[in-house]
Formats: sequence, C-alpha cells, structure tokens
Amino acid sequence: MPAISLAKAPQPASTNPAQIRNFCIIAHIDHGKSTLADRMLGITEVVEARNMRAQYLDRMDIERERGITIKSQAVRLPWRSSIDGQEYILNMIDTPGHVDFTYEVSRSLAACEGAVLLVDCAQGIEAQTLANLYLAMENNLTIIPVLNKIDLPNAQPDKFAAELARLIGCQPEDCLRVSGKTGDGVAELLDQIVAQIPAPVGDPNAPARALIFDSVYDSYRGVVTYVRVVDGHLSPREQIQMFSTGVRHEALEVGVISPEPIAGKGLGVGEVGYLITGVKDVRQSRVGDTITTYNNPTKEALSGYKDPKPMVFSGLFPLDGADFPILREALDKLQLNDAALVYEPESSAALGFGFRCGFLGLLHMEIVRERLEREHKLNLISTAPNVVYNVTMDDGKSVRVTNPSEFPEGKVAAVLEPIVKSTILAPAEFIGTIMELCQDRRGILLGMDYISEDRVEIRYDLPLAEIVFDFFDQLKSRTKGYASLDYEEKGDAEGNLVKVDILLQGEAVDAFSAIVHRDKAYAYGVMMTGKLRELIPRQQFEVPIQAAIGARIIARESIRAIRKDVLAKCYGGDISRKRKLLEKQKEGKKRMKMVGRVEVPQEAFVAALATDADIEKIKAARKASQ
Amino acid sequence: MSLSFYVHIPYCIKRCGYCDFNTYTPSELQDGATLEIVSNDYIDAVLKELEFAPQQIVPTIFFGGGTPSLIPAKDLGRVIDEIKKRNGLTSDCEITLEANPDSVTLEKLESYIKVGFNRISFGMQSVMPHVLQVLDRTHNPANVEKAVSMARAVGFKSISVDLIYGTPGESLDDWRQTVEAALALDIDHISAYALIVETGTKLAAQIKRGDFAMPNDDLMAEMYLLVDQLCQEQGMSWYELSNWSKPGHECKHNIAYWRNQNWWGLGPGAHSHVDAKRFWNIKHPTAYKQKLFSGETVIAESENLTADQKRDEAIMLGIRMREGLLRSDLSSTQIQTLSTYGENGFVEMLQDRVLLTPTGRLIADRIVRELTF
Repeated sequence: MPAISLAKAPQPASTNPAQIRNFCIIAHIDHGKSTLADRMLGITEVVEARNMRAQYLDRMDIERERGITIKSQAVRLPWRSSIDGQEYILNMIDTPGHVDFTYEVSRSLAACEGAVLLVDCAQGIEAQTLANLYLAMENNLTIIPVLNKIDLPNAQPDKFAAELARLIGCQPEDCLRVSGKTGDGVAELLDQIVAQIPAPVGDPNAPARALIFDSVYDSYRGVVTYVRVVDGHLSPREQIQMFSTGVRHEALEVGVISPEPIAGKGLGVGEVGYLITGVKDVRQSRVGDTITTYNNPTKEALSGYKDPKPMVFSGLFPLDGADFPILREALDKLQLNDAALVYEPESSAALGFGFRCGFLGLLHMEIVRERLEREHKLNLISTAPNVVYNVTMDDGKSVRVTNPSEFPEGKVAAVLEPIVKSTILAPAEFIGTIMELCQDRRGILLGMDYISEDRVEIRYDLPLAEIVFDFFDQLKSRTKGYASLDYEEKGDAEGNLVKVDILLQGEAVDAFSAIVHRDKAYAYGVMMTGKLRELIPRQQFEVPIQAAIGARIIARESIRAIRKDVLAKCYGGDISRKRKLLEKQKEGKKRMKMVGRVEVPQEAFVAALATDADIEKIKAARKASQ
Repeated sequence: MSLSFYVHIPYCIKRCGYCDFNTYTPSELQDGATLEIVSNDYIDAVLKELEFAPQQIVPTIFFGGGTPSLIPAKDLGRVIDEIKKRNGLTSDCEITLEANPDSVTLEKLESYIKVGFNRISFGMQSVMPHVLQVLDRTHNPANVEKAVSMARAVGFKSISVDLIYGTPGESLDDWRQTVEAALALDIDHISAYALIVETGTKLAAQIKRGDFAMPNDDLMAEMYLLVDQLCQEQGMSWYELSNWSKPGHECKHNIAYWRNQNWWGLGPGAHSHVDAKRFWNIKHPTAYKQKLFSGETVIAESENLTADQKRDEAIMLGIRMREGLLRSDLSSTQIQTLSTYGENGFVEMLQDRVLLTPTGRLIADRIVRELTF
C-alpha cells in the first residue's frame, strides 16, 4: 500500500506546495461521501483499522443519525502516488451537503483546487449535487467524476457515466468507478487526485492571507478555525488579525487534522489546517473572512466574504413557560457554534415568551430545533416559518418584516418578497406534475433540459415563501421521492401579498397570523378557522372565529356555547370516581392558555401550527410518556 | 351522628344492555342455578357484614341493585330488623325498595310494607317501546301504571320512578311523551338520568359497531330542560341535578350522600363513607360471602380524605343541589369565577348563596372544575 507514516511524511509548515493537493468531495446525501472518506482515512493509514468507525469525521450525533454533514472538516492525508512514486499531502475538505449551507460550501470550494464529483451509480446526480458542481466549475476547480457504489446489484454505471460526461464535458470512460464500501478503486482515485488536480500556487514571501472555510466551537478549546493558507505563513504565538473586523488575536495553536488535531510549527502556502485563538464565539471568526498577520497585514482580502443572512424566521416557544430561561441559555450556547443563527426575545399573547429565530433555511431550522429539544430536553412549539418581507407604505416608509405581527397597518404600496432560482431534477415522467406544482406555487418557468435520456432538469423562479411552506414535501410525494430540489437566492420581487389575521372572539391570535398571496388568503382563512373550530372546545359563550385581511372578514366559523358537561348520576360509589376524574382533569387545565376570555388547550395551538410530521412526533412522545 | 344504610342486592333475572352495575344473573354465577340457589345465604352474609358497622341511629335505609324486588320481603325484612335491633331507627326512618314494575304483585307489595318499607322506586325508563328495546328492557310500559297504583293502594308513602333520556333513536317528542306519562301517574318523585354508555356494556359494543348512534349534546340538553320544565309545571321541583319531587318527598337517603353524611353500604362492591373515610367492598358476591363466612373483612380499598379533597367534594356535590353553595364557603376567586358564569346565565348569584340555573346545571361539571382548581 502506498501509504506513508505520518512521521516520515512531509511536515506541516515545511511542505513544498508542489506536493500538496487540496480537494473536496461533492455529493448528495446518501451517495456515500462519508463512507468514501472513511475508506480514504483507512487506505492512507491515518486511522488504524482497529480505531475505525463509521462516518469517522462526522462529530455531532445528528450528523451521524441523519447521515448528513452539517459542518465541514479538513483532513491531511499523506500519500505516495503509484504513478510517479512521489510523496504527496492530500487535504480532503469535507463540505456540508445541503442547500441551506450553500455559502459554506462555496467557501470550502474556494479552499480547493479540485473536486471529486461523487455520484451514486444506482441513483444518478441530484439537484443539489448539480448546484454544487456548477459552483465548483465557476470556481475553476478541476472536476474528477466518480461513480460510487459499483458493488450494488442495481448499479447502472454506464448510464450515469454518460450523464456525468454530458454534464461536465468529458468522456464517459473518464469517470472513475469506486466502491466506498469495499474500497475498490479508492487507491486509483487518490492517484488521480494527485495526477489531475493542480498544486496550490501562492507567494510565500507576501503578507499572510488565509481563508477561513469553517469555524467550530469546542467546549474545551474555544473556537477552532479551519483555514487554507493562500500566501505567506501562519505561525503559533503570532498576532493574527481578522480582515473584516480588524480584531487582533494571538494564535495560541496552529496545526493540522490527521484526523485528530496535531499542533505544529505553522502552515505555509497551500496548506490546510486549524488555529486556535481562545475566542469563545464563532461569530468572531467568520467563515469567508481572511486572516492575516498583525505585524505585516495584507492590503487585499481574499474575495467572497459574506455575512450569513437568515432567510427563514420562526418563533420558538417552550411548551412549559417555566423553561424560557433554559431556552435562552440553549440558544446562547448553540450560537457559539452557529454564526448563522440569530434570535431575539419575542412575546406572544397566545404562546407566552419565546424567541424569534432566523435560519439559513428549513433544514437549518429543523436542526436547531432538534438540537434544542434533544440536547437541552426542551419541548418546543414553533410557529409557521416565514421569509423576510420588505413592505413599502404609501408615504414612502419601508418596513422589514420578519414576523407577520410586524406587518404594518395602513396603506401598503408594495410588498417585496425573496425569490429563489430553483433547480429540480427528476425522471421525465414527472414533468407535468412538477410543472403543475410550480405553477400553483407562483413559479415562473426558466427552462428545462434533458440531462440524460429519461431525466430532466427543470428551472423555475419561485417565491421562497412557497418553498418554505410545504413545497419540498409536496414535490417528494408527487414524484414518489424521485425529484430533488436545489435553490439559490435571486433577489426580491414584488408580490400581491396580504396579512391574514385569525380572530378569536374579535381578538387576533398572533401565532396564527400569516402573510400569504392574495389569491390564497381565502383558502388559508377557511383552512385555519375550520381547523380551530375542531380544536378549540366549546366555551360558556359562543366564540366566533374569523379570518380577516385588515378589517375585512374573509372567512368565519363559530364554536357554539357549551350545552352539556355534566354526569347525571352521582350516588355513593360515584363520588370517589368523580373526584378522581376531576383531579385528573386538573392537569389538563394547567395546559390551557387564555386568549382574551377564550380557553384554548395548548394542544390546539400545537395541532394548528404543526406539520403532519410534528403531530406524529407529539403522538410518539405522548405514547412514550404514558 | 347518624348512619344511613345502603343494602346492595347483586342479582337480576336478566342483564339490561346499558347496565354496568355490580349485578349478576343466576346463570352468570352458577350454571343452571335458580335465583333461590344463588341468593340462598346472601342475607346471612349481609348480616355478618353489618356486625362491622358503627352503632349510630339510622335515618334511612335503601335497598338497591340489582333487583331487590326479586328477594322475598321476609329476607329483606331480616336486614331491616337487625339494623333496628342493633342501631335503632329514627321515627321517620325512610326505607326504600328499588323495584322492577314487572316483578311486583299486590301481595308482594303488601308484604314489603309489612316488613317496614315505606318508599318505593320503580325503574320505568321510558314509555316508548323502541326506546325500551334499545335499552334492552323487558317490561311492558303498561305495567308501570299498574305497579304504581298497587303501591299506592298498599300504603307506600312515597313513590318514585326512574327515567332515562338520550337513548339512541329517542326524539325530543318521544321523551316528552315519557315524561308526561310519568307525571300522569300518581307519583311523588322523579329521577331522570342522561344515558351514560359505559365501556364494556352490550350497548357500547352496539354503538361501536354502528348499530346505534348517540344523540348529540344539544339534544340531550333540550331533553334535560324539558323534563325540568314539565316537572316544575306539575309542582315537582328540582332538588338535585337529576331529581325532582313534591314538597317533602325528597329522597332523604340520597341527600345523605350529597351532604357527606355517614353511610354504610352493605353487600359486594358497596361503598361507604364514615367520618371522612371512604372505603368499598370486594365486588364479587361469591367471594364476598366466602370471606364473611370465614370471618374476614370484605373491604377492598379505602381512602382518607384530605382537607382539600373534602372541600372539593363539598363543592362538587353541593353545587348540584337546590340550596347551592353558600357564599361564606367560597373564596373571592371562586365568587369571581361564578360571577362570569352568572353573566352568561348559568348561575344565579343570591345574597347569601349561589345557585345553578337550568342551563348551568347542564354544565355543572365544568363549573366544578373551574372552582376546584
């Protein structure tokens, strides 16, 4: 095996850039990236066989359970090429694999000269992989097409080799065929990485410039910042500076990951590694920023730095109001490791105290909520997610709305909503279904191409709000799970949008307000009032439930006053039984929230706001607690 | 302190489809046995249990079931005699017999009077044959009138009928006919209960299968308001949620339950309440007899009421009665809660007390929940 022991391999800070190859793996969830990475760790012997475990590089439980990578990593792999017999250092940069984290992906790509495009040869390329492939091509990365899982009985390597060849403009026979599971073809892949991907180029004598492509909070060591050095050199004990903020830190430790952290003498041109400065908050070490040295700072930052911008907002409220301080603490803690998460306290008449949280997208939102519930044992209600609107009033004032309750009263001149350019890949038989769905969701068709004989790429502009609602679930269910979706921001566009309020006995219930397209306002109103009529028990007076746009009522239901709530018989033996029943009902009573004079069981809020998946979760939790 | 007695007779010739009471048919207890066989030494067992009861004077005795009128007067009389001998009866002691209108004759009724009964309660339920059929009741509606006039003739001082409303298929007009027929009899007292479908009964299974559909709450409410109105018009006023009577004919025994006085239940599954302690007997008649004959206790479980529980029970029971709750027994929060119900017409706020209106009685449990939490 052409592995080299770490001690004999070229050392960090003194590796000739010509011996370095920096690459990432672009793949869809489930296409076997983590397994291939595991295999590379094994074959280069940086992890001994007896220490190997599945998804070695994925640290969080959620990553391992969901089989997805949320945060990236970089691993230094020494390798002797069997083509030229020379020693090389391969830096594998593991990119996150979801649409919400496109910006992080783009930074990981910017740290590489080449990318392995990994495609499951039983499934073919997916929308998200395609999007990342385009991103890599825009970054002028060398692409090595690889078909994975060739050991599967239903593999169709020839079909998908043709598909990949068409996409990247190579020959089908240029596609490597590997099995991450058996290890077949992995050594050849490493040789090809050396042969095809260019070595990094930089000026060792220029002022230092290093790109931050990831930043992770570690409870023992503080923030660990992953960098790729472009020019110059980073050394331990040196004063470094963040280009965007000018803030100075001492580099307490500089090292490489192989795959455990190894502190070293520094990092030179083209090298990839980590540094620790003792800061406690990832927001002080932001992905995309340029690190330079304080004594000899660069005048020019590396391009591409952006502040992460939350796209989706939702209110998170503890089911038990007493848990509010725990939620605050949990969010504070989570933010140390998640520069994209924003939140501010919110108080809802219906749900009590909670936080308005901003997320990169739906998956980000789900992950945050899941981590809060799992790691901090919280039970949360989340309000329906919404996007950011810009509302311009007749008097020219403009308001940024991240919560329907902020939607201004009065004459609205225009409402701008975010639009995304979306790409859907699916078998051709679903074209009609998909177009129908997109049309229904106010989509504008941009184009359609066959990527292989029976698979198409459909491009639509869609309002992000529609995607946030339930677009993805609908797409999956209408295409039997075959379609995949990716999207990227494409600015704002004016929409005919209105705020629909839901009123209980004339009082608006903030948690149920929504900003929707005018054509769908009525449907939303009917759906919500109908749902609440079923969920809210009869009260001692009649309770009208109305949906309204401003002062105009668009839908109405009513809960009639309660007529009967009594057991007719109450004799000797009934008394204990009846009292015990009352005592049991006391517990339920605690979970009632008052909306004006109307008692609403908490379950009604949860059920009205929850998705089907949420309801399943609640049922399961209830069953488990019984 | 006095002590009322309830005597449970756990036998019926046939089990009705809606019934989940602790009662057994002879064949359920012993294959091919007759009532005489299974009930043979039952009264002996009851008299054994009586030995455990405190010896306070007795204002009421109530024989319920089951079908007490299946047991000959001389046997029931042994229980009355023994209680009289041991505890003593008040001069106006009320002694009630629950009776099936089909199982009485003039001679039988006379014999019950002779052993001391002075009040009788007939299971009438409905006059509509289709309703009785759903309830799985066997009696002929015409028998009720006969039974009531015979009971009057032999000298029962107070006669009551039990009615059930809200049976699947019963219309408001069906119910009106039943109530009017009951009021046309020469009776002193009416109990009217909304049908409760208890899990495990034949009726529950029929409803689950879709044979019958339960009426909605609105119809049930209308039925309640109707019986209340018709009774009031006939000079029978409500004194407890499901009970109406002519003046002076309130059932003293039931009032003892609702006022949390001391009472002892004799028989399998019977409950007792003595000095803030509730306890109840094992349920099966055979086990009950065996234990008593071998000198063991038949108490299955007991509970000592806490101050909070006593207070909650007092509200839960008191609010169902004509006298309502005394303001002096309520906190200001409770008064506040009741005022809201007052504004919506469910409660009448008097100077010294708070009463439920007819619509308020219909949501009494809900109001109790708010008052006791």
